[in-house]
Amino acid sequence: MGSVMSIATKRFRANHRPVQRDAHALSTSDLRRHRLSEIGAAWLLAGPTLFFLIVLFFLPVLGVFVIALTDWQFGASTLSFVGLANFEEVFSDEGFRISLVNTVLYVAIVVPGTILLGLGIALLIESGKSFRAFYRAIHFLPYMATLTAMAIAWEALLHPTIGLVNQTLAAIGLPTANWLRDESRVLPVLGVIGIWQNLGFAMVLFLAGLKSIPQDLYDAADIDGADLWVDRLWTVTLPMLGPVFMFVFIVVALKAFETFDTVQVLTQGGPGHASEMLLFTLYRESFQYLRTGYGAAVAVVFLFILVTLTLVQARVMDRKVHYQ
Amino acid sequence: MSTHRFAQPCTILRHAALLFTGALILIPFAWMLSLSINPPGEIFRASFSFWPQHFYGIENYTQAIAKAPLLRFMLNGVIVCTAILALQIAVCAPAAYALAKLHFPARDLLFALVLIALLLPHEVLSLPLFILGYKLGILNTYAALIFPYVVSPFGIFLIRQFFKTIPDDVVHAARLDGLSELAIVWKIMVPMALPAIIAFGIFSVVGHWNSLFWPLIAVRDQSLMPPPLGIMAFRNEEAGNDYGPLMAAATIVVLPLIIAFLAAQRWFVEGTTGGAIK
Amino acid sequence: MSGIVLGNIRKSFGPTTVLHDVSLSIADGEFLTLLGPSGCGKSTLLRILAGLELQDAGSVSIGDRVVDGVRPKRRDVAMVFQSYALYPHMTVAGNIALPLRMRRLNAWQRLPLLGRLLPGTRTTTLEITAEVARTAEALSIDHLLTRKPSQLSGGQRQRVAVGRAMVRHPAVFLMDEPLSNLDAKLRVQMRAEIKELHQRLGVTFVYVTHDQAEAMTLSDRVAVMLNGELLQVAPPQDIYADPEDRRVAEFIGSPKINMLDGLVSAPGSVSFADTTIVADIGLSPGAHLKLGIRPEAFRFGAHSERGAISGTVRLVEHMGSDLYVHLDVAGAKQPIVARLSAERTASASVGQRLNLSFEPERVLYFGSDGRRIRALDFAGKAAVTSIRESA
Repeated sequence: MGSVMSIATKRFRANHRPVQRDAHALSTSDLRRHRLSEIGAAWLLAGPTLFFLIVLFFLPVLGVFVIALTDWQFGASTLSFVGLANFEEVFSDEGFRISLVNTVLYVAIVVPGTILLGLGIALLIESGKSFRAFYRAIHFLPYMATLTAMAIAWEALLHPTIGLVNQTLAAIGLPTANWLRDESRVLPVLGVIGIWQNLGFAMVLFLAGLKSIPQDLYDAADIDGADLWVDRLWTVTLPMLGPVFMFVFIVVALKAFETFDTVQVLTQGGPGHASEMLLFTLYRESFQYLRTGYGAAVAVVFLFILVTLTLVQARVMDRKVHYQ
Repeated sequence: MSTHRFAQPCTILRHAALLFTGALILIPFAWMLSLSINPPGEIFRASFSFWPQHFYGIENYTQAIAKAPLLRFMLNGVIVCTAILALQIAVCAPAAYALAKLHFPARDLLFALVLIALLLPHEVLSLPLFILGYKLGILNTYAALIFPYVVSPFGIFLIRQFFKTIPDDVVHAARLDGLSELAIVWKIMVPMALPAIIAFGIFSVVGHWNSLFWPLIAVRDQSLMPPPLGIMAFRNEEAGNDYGPLMAAATIVVLPLIIAFLAAQRWFVEGTTGGAIK
Repeated sequence: MSGIVLGNIRKSFGPTTVLHDVSLSIADGEFLTLLGPSGCGKSTLLRILAGLELQDAGSVSIGDRVVDGVRPKRRDVAMVFQSYALYPHMTVAGNIALPLRMRRLNAWQRLPLLGRLLPGTRTTTLEITAEVARTAEALSIDHLLTRKPSQLSGGQRQRVAVGRAMVRHPAVFLMDEPLSNLDAKLRVQMRAEIKELHQRLGVTFVYVTHDQAEAMTLSDRVAVMLNGELLQVAPPQDIYADPEDRRVAEFIGSPKINMLDGLVSAPGSVSFADTTIVADIGLSPGAHLKLGIRPEAFRFGAHSERGAISGTVRLVEHMGSDLYVHLDVAGAKQPIVARLSAERTASASVGQRLNLSFEPERVLYFGSDGRRIRALDFAGKAAVTSIRESA
C-alpha cells in the first residue's frame, strides 16, 4: 500500500535512520504497527460521526418501531407491547386514510405540474442567449424563500375579500371563492403553492441537463433531417434529459410527500380533513394529541413510503449508465 | 444552427413567455411588499393599487419590529444555523477524509451506515429525538434546535466525493512533510475542498433557516424561536387582520436569504440543489 | 454532378475573424483534405459547407446549386463528427435509420405506436430496415444492429457514424477529424478503410484533420489552412516538395524543415550558414531571404558536385532505419537537423565534426513575406560550386 509506505518513510526520517533504506527491509511488525496507526487514526477521525449516526439516526429509527409496537404514551412510566394494534388503528382510521389519499393527490398535482413547468421554462430560457441569469434567478426565487413567511403572503393573496386573486377574478367577472376554506379547492390551491415553490428547482436541474447535451448531437440531427423544433426535441433533447427527468421526478415527489409548512400555516388540515397530509397528521398525533404509539405507527408508514421512493430512485439512476 | 432563420419572432416570444411566467412567480412577493407599505385603510378598500396613495411603510415596519421580536428571531436563526454548520463540518470533514483516503476495516460498513442515514427522513425521527432531548433536559433551549443536526450524512457524502477527487499523492506528500492526520484534514483537504464545503454550507444554512417542523417541536419560548416559527407565532397571536405589519414582518424574514441569493446566485443554485448541478 | 465551390467565405465570431475570404473549388468525386493546426478555421469552413454555420459573406455552391441559406438536410451532404455524435438512446439500427426516417416518413408516420397504423408506414419502414441492413453489412457491423452506442468500441462507433452518413447516399461526405478519438493502431486501419470507402462510393469527400499523415495518405488534394487563410491547395506530393508558402513548408514534414537565414552575396549566389550556393533567384545582392532545406535532403559526407555544410554533432536520435543528427553549424542560429540513413552513415557521435552534402535544387527559397521565390534557372549540378570556408 502506498500510504503505508509513506508513513514508514516519514518515520524513518524522524528517527534519523537512513532514508534510502530498502522497503523490503521493513519487518512485518513494523508494517503491522503502521497499519494499526492508520486504523487508529481512521477511527479517531470517524468516531464522532459513528457515535452521532447511532444516537441521532439509528437508535431513533429503532425507537420509532419499538414505540409503534407499544401502548406507551409520552410521560407514562409503564408500557406494554401491543403488537400491531397501533397499525390496525391507523389503517382503520378514516382520518388517516383521508390524510394518505390527500397526500397522494397532492403529490399527483405537484409532481407533474412542477416537472412540466420547470421543463418548459428551462427550454424557453435555453432557447435564447439573453437574460438567462435573470430569468433563472426570478424563477428560482420561491425555492429559496422561507416558505412559512411566503405562506403568509399567499394567505393574503388568497384572502376572500382583500386578496388579489379574488379582486382580479371579480374585476373580470369570474366567480370568486374562499380558496383556503373550500373543501373542494383547498388541496389544489396548496398544490399550486407547492408547484410555485418547487418549479425553480426542477428548472435549474433541467437547465444543467440541457447544457450537458453535446452540440454535436444537434448538428447531427440537423444533417440527418431532424431540424424542426419538435423533431430536435424528440430526437435529441428529451431522450438526453431522461436521467435528469427521473431524478427530478423522485426528488420533487419526496419533497411533496414531506409537505408540512403550508398545511401548518394556512389550513391546519382543514376545512374538515380536506387538506390534512401525512406529515401534519404525524405532527398533530405525536405532539399535539400526544397519541405517541399512533404517531409512531404513522411515522413508520411514512418512512416506508419515502424509503421505497428513494430506493426506486437509486434503481433508476443506475440505468443512467446507458447514456454515457 | 437552424434557429437563426426564425430569430426575431422566436426571441420576442421567448421574452414574452418568460416575462409572463416570471411575473406570475413574483406575484406573492410583490403582494407581500405592497401590503407591507400600505396603510390599513387602503388595504381594505375596494380599489386597491400596488403602490399606496399614502406611503405607510415606515409605520408598518416599525410596528412589526416593535410588536414581534423580529430581530431576536433573526439572531436566533443566525446562532442556530452557525452552530449547526460549524458542528457539521467539524464532525463530517474528518469522517469524510477517513472514508475517502484511509484504509481501515469496516470502512465500507461505515459508509453504508452513512448512506442508510441519508435515506431516513428527519421528520420520522422527531418523536425519539424529542424524547432524547427531554431526557437530556435540553428541550426549549438552543441546544434542542441544534443537536439533531450535529452530523449530516449528506455532508459526509458530498465532502467524501470531493475528497476522493484529490490525488492520494497530496496526502502522501503532506505525511512526508510531517503533518498529522488531523492536520491533513484541516490544513490540506478542507481548503482544497472549499467549493464543496461552501456548497454544503449553503445547503445546510438555507435548509435550517427555513425549517419549521423541528423548531415547532423543540422550543416554546418566543426568545428562542428561529424566523419561520417566530413569524408563525406572530401571525397567530398578534396580527389578526393587521396585514401591514404582518407582511412587513414576512418581508424582513424572507429578505436575508433573497439578498444573499441574488448576490451569489451560482453558489446558491449549486448549494440548494444539493450539489446535483455545478 | 456534385463539385463544390466556396467563394470568398468570410466568418467572424465576435471580434475574432476565423475565415478571411476563403475561396476553394472541389471537383466532383475528389477527396480534399482541409489540413491545419487547431483553431485555423478548418472546422468552421466545414460547418459552413454543411450549413450548420452561416457565413458572414461569400457563397457556397454544391453541384452547381447555390446553397446559401439552404438547411443542412436539403444540401445532400452527410457528416461524420469527431465525437461521432451517435444518439445514445437509440440502437445502432435506429441511429443508421434516422436520416431515412426523417426524409421518407412524415411527422404523423413517425409518431410512436400510432404512426405504425398509418398507411404507407409499414412498407417504408420495411424498406428502411432493408437499407440499414445492407449498409451495416457493407461496414461489417450487421451483428451490432441491436446494440446501443455505449456498448460499442471506439472503432465500432466510428463505423456506425460512417453508416449513418452512408445510408442516404449523399453527394458529399463531410468528415470532421473522424479518427482523432481512436488509438494509433486503429487510426491507421480506419484510415485505409476510409480511403477504400471513397474509392467504392466515388463521391466527393471533404475531410478535416490536423494530422498530416492522414492528409498525405488519403487526399487527392490537400488544402493547408492557417489563421483563417488558405495557404495552398495542391496534391500531397506538391504540398511537401513544392510549398508555396514558408508556413506550409514548416507545417508539413517531420522532423520540421530547417529554415535558415540567407543573403544574396553576389548576383546568382546565396550565402547561408557556412556556405554559398549558386542560385539565380532574381534578387539583387544584399537581399535577405530564408532558405528551407528538408532534413532528408542531406547526405552523409562531402560531395564535390553538391552543396555542403559542416559542423559539430550536438545530438543524435536513433529512429531505427534513420538517424536524426542535430548539427551546430557556424553562421546558423539553430542546429541543423539532418535525417540520415543509418546504413550509410559511418559514424555520428556527439562532439564529432561532420560533413553533410545536399542537392541545391532541393533548397526552397522564401522572401521576407513568406512567399516562395523560385529559382529562375536550374542550370544543373555543374553550375554549383561550393566554397568551403571552414573546413
